[in-house]
Amino acid sequence: MADGDFGNAKSMSIIVTKGSLDWAYPPFILATTAAAMDLDVTMFFTFYGLPLLNKKLDLKMTTLGNPAMKMPIAGMHMAMPNIVAAMPGVDRGATTMMKNLFKKKGVASIEDLREAAVESDVRMIACQMTLDLFEMDRKDMIDGIELGGAATYIDVATKSHINLFI
Amino acid sequence: MADQTLNAEGLNCPLPIIKAKKALKGLETGQVLEVRTTDPGSIADFAAFCSQTGNELLSSNTEGNIYLFEIKKS
Repeated sequence: MADGDFGNAKSMSIIVTKGSLDWAYPPFILATTAAAMDLDVTMFFTFYGLPLLNKKLDLKMTTLGNPAMKMPIAGMHMAMPNIVAAMPGVDRGATTMMKNLFKKKGVASIEDLREAAVESDVRMIACQMTLDLFEMDRKDMIDGIELGGAATYIDVATKSHINLFI
Repeated sequence: MADQTLNAEGLNCPLPIIKAKKALKGLETGQVLEVRTTDPGSIADFAAFCSQTGNELLSSNTEGNIYLFEIKKS
């Protein structure tokens, strides 16, 4: 951490592999919190996690195939049957509902958490192979990130106290 | 008495911690930050935050639905 006056040299790395609205939360919550607790934090964005580095985020989610996700339906909390979840417009509705829920419950947006991560000097590495694979453009991504591959991550991981795969 | 008060009422994890960290950065060593939250998880979280960062948790109190913490910057 830039703010190293507490003399805490602990560190954490996270491999970020998922880019849906719901799954974008755990890595950014943990990264920003660890940084606030004076850890050196590195996030390695690969596969579906890589779009989380795009300047413009348009995160969506689906209830399809997620029996643990209970939605407020008709005054109760129920899992959405897959046959309903597969209908056009249901994902959009679920995404809107979730965003409203985050707001109502005082949960930060992913945009805000990412900004907090950048502000607290979280190191962000974009997977070069994923960038090539999905023909993504570095120019569409936020400033201050690095490009790297598996070896770059392993180097970070061997020096980190906590290594997570999300 | 606290040198600064942070109102984090209505905010959920991890915002109270992140905002507290930001506020502490602006304080001098020995100064005290008071944090007000409504997130029940913040009781355990502020204890963990202070134990990890070395800042001293002077007090942790509950007043109705409000959780109050006094943190002395180390």
